[in-house]
Amino acid sequence: MIQYLFHRLLQGGLVLLALFTLSFFLCRLLPGGPYQSEKAIPEHVKQKMMEQDGYHLPVHQQYLRRLSGVVRGDLGLSIRLSGRPVNDVIAQSFPVSFQLGLVSMMLASLIGVPAGVISAWKKNSAVDFGVMAVAMLGLCLPSFVIGPILAETMGRSWQWFPVMGWNGADPSTWVLPMVTLGLVYAAYLARLTRAGMLDTLSQDFVRTAHAKGVPMHRILIKHCLRGGLVPAAAYIGPAFAGIISGSLVIESVFQVPGLGRHFVKAIETNDVNVIMGIALLYGGLVVLGNIVSDLLILWLNPRARTLSS
Amino acid sequence: MKTSIELQQGNSLRKDAIMRLRKNRAAVAGFFCLMTIAFLCIVLPFTPWLADPNAQSLVHKNLAPSTQHWFGTDHLGRDLFSRVFYGGRISIAVAMLTTFVAVCIGVSYGAIAGYARERVDATMMRVVDVLYGLPFLVVVILLGKVLERMTSQWSEWLVEALTSDHATTEKINEVRTAVEPLVTMVPLFLAIGALSWLTISRIVRAQVQSVKKLEFVEAARSLGLSHRVILFRHILPNCVGPIIVYTTLTIPGVMLFEAVLSFLGLGLKPPNSSWGVLIKEGSDMMLTNAWLLFFPSLFFSLTLLSLNFLGDGLRDAFDPKSSKD
Repeated sequence: MIQYLFHRLLQGGLVLLALFTLSFFLCRLLPGGPYQSEKAIPEHVKQKMMEQDGYHLPVHQQYLRRLSGVVRGDLGLSIRLSGRPVNDVIAQSFPVSFQLGLVSMMLASLIGVPAGVISAWKKNSAVDFGVMAVAMLGLCLPSFVIGPILAETMGRSWQWFPVMGWNGADPSTWVLPMVTLGLVYAAYLARLTRAGMLDTLSQDFVRTAHAKGVPMHRILIKHCLRGGLVPAAAYIGPAFAGIISGSLVIESVFQVPGLGRHFVKAIETNDVNVIMGIALLYGGLVVLGNIVSDLLILWLNPRARTLSS
Repeated sequence: MKTSIELQQGNSLRKDAIMRLRKNRAAVAGFFCLMTIAFLCIVLPFTPWLADPNAQSLVHKNLAPSTQHWFGTDHLGRDLFSRVFYGGRISIAVAMLTTFVAVCIGVSYGAIAGYARERVDATMMRVVDVLYGLPFLVVVILLGKVLERMTSQWSEWLVEALTSDHATTEKINEVRTAVEPLVTMVPLFLAIGALSWLTISRIVRAQVQSVKKLEFVEAARSLGLSHRVILFRHILPNCVGPIIVYTTLTIPGVMLFEAVLSFLGLGLKPPNSSWGVLIKEGSDMMLTNAWLLFFPSLFFSLTLLSLNFLGDGLRDAFDPKSSKD
């Protein structure tokens, strides 16, 4: 078990190193270079800035310098935001993205998992087809279509919720971005849960339970839910990482001051340190999400425990 | 004797699959819907019924749908009906080419990994694991940006190559408007395609591993055929089913991705339009001109829906044991 975790962490470290290397060299190849701005920067100032950021060094030294910085937890300074540390930028906007991701994921699980269970229970009935049709629609209507429609109806026409902005203390500002982001993932979770439940329901021990006269709801919840949730559990960890980095679109639709907007801005202005910092953070989240998923599966499925050790 | 052969042919895997697919009404509907949209997007731009998608007219701006402009017009007076189909053409082209890149890489990589010795296989799959861990959106955006710089010169070269030295400025501009949308799409689909091959490679690897243990492979080896021939002529044709299925399921993902990038302003550059660009423009104006969001979203979602239904149907048809996920 511990060995297994250690193995996963090692692999995670490898992923992060690969991501660092990739983003480092991609950032060097970005068109325009980091010091482009509307006003021309005088040559000697530019020289000074480049020296300060270490751009006069040979490539391998730059690489090692950045790497040692990152390992020590120092992501460097933002160029666009006139020298604000990237750590600061992240510390300020990550909680917003994280909060949005967390509530969306909770909403998605609360809708998706029960929908999948019901759909598997009433397999091939009108309910099943209805749920699966809605889920399919959720997969195919991109969030940037659902978002504006929700903003228009619930926000502007009916005035139920504020259309834009984010206030951590005021849940009414969460609703629209949370629903928009959560619906897509709810659709995925519903499909995965249905598949997992159907798989479990077709096993012999379920027939035995039926024969012993266990009522259906007990079979579903006590006997099958654990095994049926495995596919959804495998999905939920990476999805949580994806929900945070994928909220780029939602953040721009609803003007949420999260990480995504900084990332898009940084890409537009070649703010390399911010790009790398946020990329590494997202990478770290993916690694973490995968480990969480693995642990969830180990908890749900005892057979996986013997396999992994 | 003869009848028994016929019986065997009647039960061949592919025929069985097609039969199962035909029974799946959602998949059949998806197939026909998809064909209709693709046909319209490909054929309509060549017919005189479609107005120039980029022709602006201040007199006709912001018109609601009418008999003259079926889908209405946007804030520059461009006809949305023709923009939807021209945009669809680009969206579909990007999706097809990207998926083609992804499938080519994924199939060769997965096939080689599945066929190779255990050590090589393990290393190759570790690489896939690591790539799986990368934040996809972030890397694609970065990669697209970098490739954009490399390809920005291509359109100039192409224009130079396609026009003679004495061409008039008009002629050059004409060629440029024809070439530029194609070239600006290249970085996009290269970047997405280069990272969408992971799932396919895993599936192909698993398939190759199970097929390579079969006896006909041993027979091929004992005939002295080279590894390349065995792998690509004898083993891969037996993996076509899953490859088709996952190709169908990759296309909607790629289309969605192109739309997301376009929505963020990182994809296609105006005046080129794809469905993603049109949806973006529509969502900016949806308060006053709801039809600008409605029609592109309708066609976009219909296409994705059809592809997903078709893909699900294909998967169930080729592998009846797999339940829908």
